[in-house]
Amino acid sequence: MAKEKDFPLIFEMSKEGRKGYQLPELDVPDVDLDADFEEDYIRKEAPELPEVSELQIVRHYTALSNRNHGIDSGFYPLGSCTMKYNPKINEEIVRLPGFSFVHPYQDEETVQGAMELMYDLQTSLENITGMHKFTLQSAAGAQGEWAGLMMIRAYHEANGDTERTEVIVPDSAHGTNPASAAVAGFKAVTVKTNDRGLVDLDDLKRVVSEKTAALMLTNPNTLGLFEEEILEMAEVVHGAGGRLYYDGANLNAIMGYARPGDMGFDVVHLNLHKTFTGPHGGGGPGSGPVGVSEEMAKFLPKPVLTKEDDQFTFDYDRPDSIGRIKPYYGNFGINVRAYTYIRSMGPDGLKQVSENAVLNANYMMRRLQGEFELPFDQHCKHEFVISGKKQKKLGVRTLDMAKRLLDFGFHPPTIYFPLNVEEAMMAEPTETESKETLDEFIDALISISNEAKEDPEIVQEAPHTTVVSRMDETLAARKPVLRYEKE
Amino acid sequence: MQHRYIPMTETDKKEMLDTIGISSTDDLFADIPEKVRFQGELDVKPAKDEHELTKELTQLAAKNVHTKSHVSFLGAGVYDHYMPSVVDHMISRSEFYTAYTPYQPEISQGELQAIFEFQTMICELTGMDVANSSMYDGGTALAEAVNLSAAQTKKSKVLVSKAIHPESMDVIKTYTAGPNVEVVEIDIKDGLTDLDHLKAELDENTASVVVQYPNFYGQMEPLKDVQEIVGQQKKTMSIVSSNPLALGYLTPPGEFGVDIVVGDTQVFGIPAQFGGPHCGYFATNKKLMRKVPGRLVGQTVDEEGRRGFVLTLQAREQHIRRDKATSNICSNQALNALATSVFLSVIGKRGIKEMATKNMKKARYAKKALENAGFEVLYSNRFFNEFVVKLDQDIKNVNNQLNDRGFIGGFDLGKVDESFKNHMLVAVTEIRSKEEIDQFVKELGDIHG
Repeated sequence: MAKEKDFPLIFEMSKEGRKGYQLPELDVPDVDLDADFEEDYIRKEAPELPEVSELQIVRHYTALSNRNHGIDSGFYPLGSCTMKYNPKINEEIVRLPGFSFVHPYQDEETVQGAMELMYDLQTSLENITGMHKFTLQSAAGAQGEWAGLMMIRAYHEANGDTERTEVIVPDSAHGTNPASAAVAGFKAVTVKTNDRGLVDLDDLKRVVSEKTAALMLTNPNTLGLFEEEILEMAEVVHGAGGRLYYDGANLNAIMGYARPGDMGFDVVHLNLHKTFTGPHGGGGPGSGPVGVSEEMAKFLPKPVLTKEDDQFTFDYDRPDSIGRIKPYYGNFGINVRAYTYIRSMGPDGLKQVSENAVLNANYMMRRLQGEFELPFDQHCKHEFVISGKKQKKLGVRTLDMAKRLLDFGFHPPTIYFPLNVEEAMMAEPTETESKETLDEFIDALISISNEAKEDPEIVQEAPHTTVVSRMDETLAARKPVLRYEKE
Repeated sequence: MQHRYIPMTETDKKEMLDTIGISSTDDLFADIPEKVRFQGELDVKPAKDEHELTKELTQLAAKNVHTKSHVSFLGAGVYDHYMPSVVDHMISRSEFYTAYTPYQPEISQGELQAIFEFQTMICELTGMDVANSSMYDGGTALAEAVNLSAAQTKKSKVLVSKAIHPESMDVIKTYTAGPNVEVVEIDIKDGLTDLDHLKAELDENTASVVVQYPNFYGQMEPLKDVQEIVGQQKKTMSIVSSNPLALGYLTPPGEFGVDIVVGDTQVFGIPAQFGGPHCGYFATNKKLMRKVPGRLVGQTVDEEGRRGFVLTLQAREQHIRRDKATSNICSNQALNALATSVFLSVIGKRGIKEMATKNMKKARYAKKALENAGFEVLYSNRFFNEFVVKLDQDIKNVNNQLNDRGFIGGFDLGKVDESFKNHMLVAVTEIRSKEEIDQFVKELGDIHG
């Protein structure tokens, strides 16, 4: 039961007889629907949805939004997630009725504008990454990974190469990489990171075999470091008959500086909600287009958007396609935003994005270096990883410091990832943050480290200023309450 | 030229380079091997300022016909429904839309509670015990359910009704290729899943049976009979894809003992957007709680005993379990789940039935009007808001003419199956007025001749 100090659920505000809707009047003759259906199929008990007025709804969700931190609220250096500013113009363009209220099954003649935008976005992504052809169908990065691996699987099968059952994944990889490999029917095999934070080339040579279907790689990797030996790695994998898969989560670091296609990657996915200002929506929707090299293009999911004499069509006649991966044509609404962003930036702007994202990350890393252990002391790309090892010796864990950052109004960096760094803190400032913001954050983190020495309890018991304190996660998992039940 | 999204001044830059101990940002990219360093300029269109870009994209959008310019009778999985203004206003709160997955519960209670409310509403609608925080869409949610059933039962065959959405069928086929699950398609008879065929195919190797309720052709599948057949194989699971709006009137699948219910909440305040993003839901019974793909939000307390919410049972998920995870899904459709929650708060306990029955009544009026005009409408009266009309000419051609008269015609079923050539799937929702329906029937009569 809700206590007085609990923030109310919408269900607890419900009062019988109140309503927040107004449907069009029934202007056709009333009919007895129940006469057509057997008793068993007519719902007896109404679902317990709230009965509230429109203003109550507005106040409830406004209050909830006030209990949430977004990029517009403050700095959000969540590593690997690219929490950059989400431009307002994107939100306006996507709401144009000609984009928002278009049905996917309208005749192609009547949706040429939407198809043109999609085609132009595909072409832009092809140029930014150096890939031959893109599909916009996948809904998110993880789905793009899986779709890309399914294409690699189809490629090997088309070559009569049916014994390739393994996908190699670095130990620093995103969790989605091994998970996607498993869902695509592969066994995930790990390759080690060397003491410079890069894929260990010798270990790669050791794990590569005639069973290798692909190597999945993020470049720059999750430590924020560029894999300098990428061409040698490509040679090793290609030499063994495997394919190279690029996880584009970190593309924000290299736009205009390097392209996956030029590094030897055969398949690439991008996260349009990261590099191309999605937004993240509290967890989604995202968009995860997949680009491929010319020899892989015939395996793309269908339909494939094509252009002939300024006329756009969806090509379903794709006998080698892996098939459909999602209903309709992908998360068009997110793609419109990404396209608007690319058109707002242009080629110079995109390069400036990466330049400044990398500059910001290096500046932060160097200023924090004295206070925190830096496991890999070299220039980073758009993000970097520091370790809370020193502070842990004082009894203050990385988790504690992350919670303490909340008291300063900051979203903490990604913590305890990548898995190969102890007490990891992975920060990605992005290019849209000013030096002043970076300095404030750095100063806060240094002062927290000082607190760890002088007054560890204040860190260990943080946060102190948020609407709730630390949550009992064990209770949540041990006695799961996943829905509200009316008393 | 400095871009408005990038705040760095020359002075800032110089100070930062000094701190790093380098003279140019180029030094930061020196680790990119010469051979792969990109030379020259990216071949994308030059930047446009805010005003010019808005003008250009507004013109591009204006090239499309849409449901505000034309009166739509097109459904087939994506519908034109009542859109309360509050929905878009609430999801436009930037604290929601510029946040990410609520990893830090202390500053994410808004999102977490909204998802908890969403999970509750989906349970209420479907009659199930547990619902997750959302999936990409109804089609992929269904495919994930199929793979879950194979993993759970350790069986490798699924029986899928041909009366489900054809694109969901396609997605199932792609998703099952990974774990090597065999998909057997069950025929359609009189607009419904052929239960004799289902019985004949069901055996001890069947992981699950999949039907859609109401099905793609608008007809209500007799779930009770389907459940009875599924029950003949003890381990076989039943999976139902359901338009959640129809559950305002129809008995929810949970009451028939179904194992997994999925679907799409696009019908609840989410614009069509040329097919996405929409919002999949995924609901199961308690037994499968720890097998559910994607995020789950659970209730707990903070150190002061205050109620609060966290992401929970994460041991199922890819960021913990990696290759042993129940699914690779990471991001979901949280913002659209929020839209759904706001919509369902608007429509409420009584409104959901009123909305569902208004769909049904208007669709029945349209059906009768078409029959009175001499058209043949297929199948029984046990349908929701869609039905099949037989015409004597090509649907593409009919729709082109309807377009010129201000209408978006129904779905061309010939695209799904040759035997449905010249058949149109017509959707009639609660926002279609009598006048619009009458005019549509008249135009169709004119075109038909």
